[in-house]
Amino acid sequence: MLDDFETRAVLAGLGAAALAAPLGCFVVWRRMAYFGETVAYSGLLGVALGFLLGVDLTLGVIVTAVAMALLLSGLQTQRAIPYDTLLGILAHVALASGLIAANFVSGARLDLMGYLFGDILAVSRADVFWIWGGAAAVLAALALLWRPLLALTVHEELAAAEGVRVRRTETAFILLIAVTVALAMKVIGILLITSLMIFPAAVARPFAKTPEQMAALAALAAAVAVAGGLFLSLKLDTAAGPSIVLALAALFFVAAVPALALRGR
Amino acid sequence: MRRVREEKSGHMLTRAADGAHDRTVSAPGSALVAAEHVSISFRGKPVLENVGVAVHEGEIVTLIGPNGAGKTTLARVLLGLVAPTSGRVLRRAGLTVGYVPQRFPVERIMPLSVRRFMHLNAAISKERALECLAETGAASLADAQMTDLSGGEFQRVLLARALAREPDLLVLDEPARAVDFAGAAQLYDLIASIRARRRCGVLLISHDLHVVLGASDRVVCLNRHICCEGVPQHVAAHPEYMRLFGPEAAASLGIYGHRHDHRHTLSGDICGGGGGKG
Repeated sequence: MLDDFETRAVLAGLGAAALAAPLGCFVVWRRMAYFGETVAYSGLLGVALGFLLGVDLTLGVIVTAVAMALLLSGLQTQRAIPYDTLLGILAHVALASGLIAANFVSGARLDLMGYLFGDILAVSRADVFWIWGGAAAVLAALALLWRPLLALTVHEELAAAEGVRVRRTETAFILLIAVTVALAMKVIGILLITSLMIFPAAVARPFAKTPEQMAALAALAAAVAVAGGLFLSLKLDTAAGPSIVLALAALFFVAAVPALALRGR
Repeated sequence: MRRVREEKSGHMLTRAADGAHDRTVSAPGSALVAAEHVSISFRGKPVLENVGVAVHEGEIVTLIGPNGAGKTTLARVLLGLVAPTSGRVLRRAGLTVGYVPQRFPVERIMPLSVRRFMHLNAAISKERALECLAETGAASLADAQMTDLSGGEFQRVLLARALAREPDLLVLDEPARAVDFAGAAQLYDLIASIRARRRCGVLLISHDLHVVLGASDRVVCLNRHICCEGVPQHVAAHPEYMRLFGPEAAASLGIYGHRHDHRHTLSGDICGGGGGKG
């Protein structure tokens, strides 16, 4: 059944949704949206270096994303520059160097648009296995990490006083973000990946009473948007990545915004 | 032999450290936690100088002192959240701590019911969670969202959550900060009754002098170093205390048994006889 490119696209998209949405809840709760974006932007450099050095591209992206994530977390305690300014600088340094590095990849071997905005209709059988295998591993790790990560997200010092290993837990979490970026890149592209993490969380928020409900609803919202976006893309012959983003946006404005407005009086 | 954990004195940590306390040494007496000759400085600026303090089973120790006196820092040192620059911290092995931090910002973007908050970082049964909420008078809040609680309700929920861990030691940093005067008096009564029932040690940080002293067994007056300490009557009469808080503060405790007909100290609270116990 994986012979059909549409089926492969749907499967890859659903895998990416199931992976990115629960992780994205933590990104939103911990106010790390721009952090995730910066890590994602570093992915292009990984792709280009992968090409130039002849290593697996997913591996290349994992390496640059992990390096960027560790760098960013190491810089969190510096006070010289506001953190969001620093993120802005590094995000665009990463993107620019990725684009320049891509220039050095000869000919048409590197489909730049595909990496920037995703090329879900071109995912291979191997990509589908990568995404589902990776999603299973990352979600299993997130499940193990869930309690301490949630505790330190609510109140870091209280969690530390209660024995949570703060640094270790945080580092594990940002590594999961880096791996997620590498896995979801094929589906939605490095420029749009953050939307697959934060939109579903924002859609789910007004309908959830606990963090777990929010994560589950976010995964559901992401799956619906991926299916809807792909459907639109095939029907109207539009780019898949941006179509998924607009489907997520439609969910946000149709479902979440009215609910938030009602709750907020 | 009873064993406690020791903090290695070392370089200052700016954030909660992993495994900040691993070594164990024998503990003096029945102390749950003790700081010995603790000094700590941030960016070369001394915050605590040669401070020693201990909390024993079943006693309420109150830290008082002006803003910037290092009260919260001392609590964080005792909790193992920062390592002292010099000196050491002893902690009884296997000590369970219930902590109510001074500041507790809640993010609206995370849905969190009181019920869910109770077992955020430990497997607490539904029944125990409700029992502890009832113990602090917060049983009716179980289904509320944390973001919808008032200041007093929030403190009661934090306290209930700390109790659900069955702590040997409660560390309460300004628990009455967001509560009005009557609420504060109730809260301190509640803390006293918890201590009486559970026999846990309590380290209380406060600047609500008039209310808090009555509820304390021992008071430590801190202003980077320890100015004076002892039973509340002793501290209230101590010249250092008078110097820090002014003679009216001591008088407003009602410890001497005389009353002023008017007060113009500290927060301008109307004490209405509430401070007149003792």
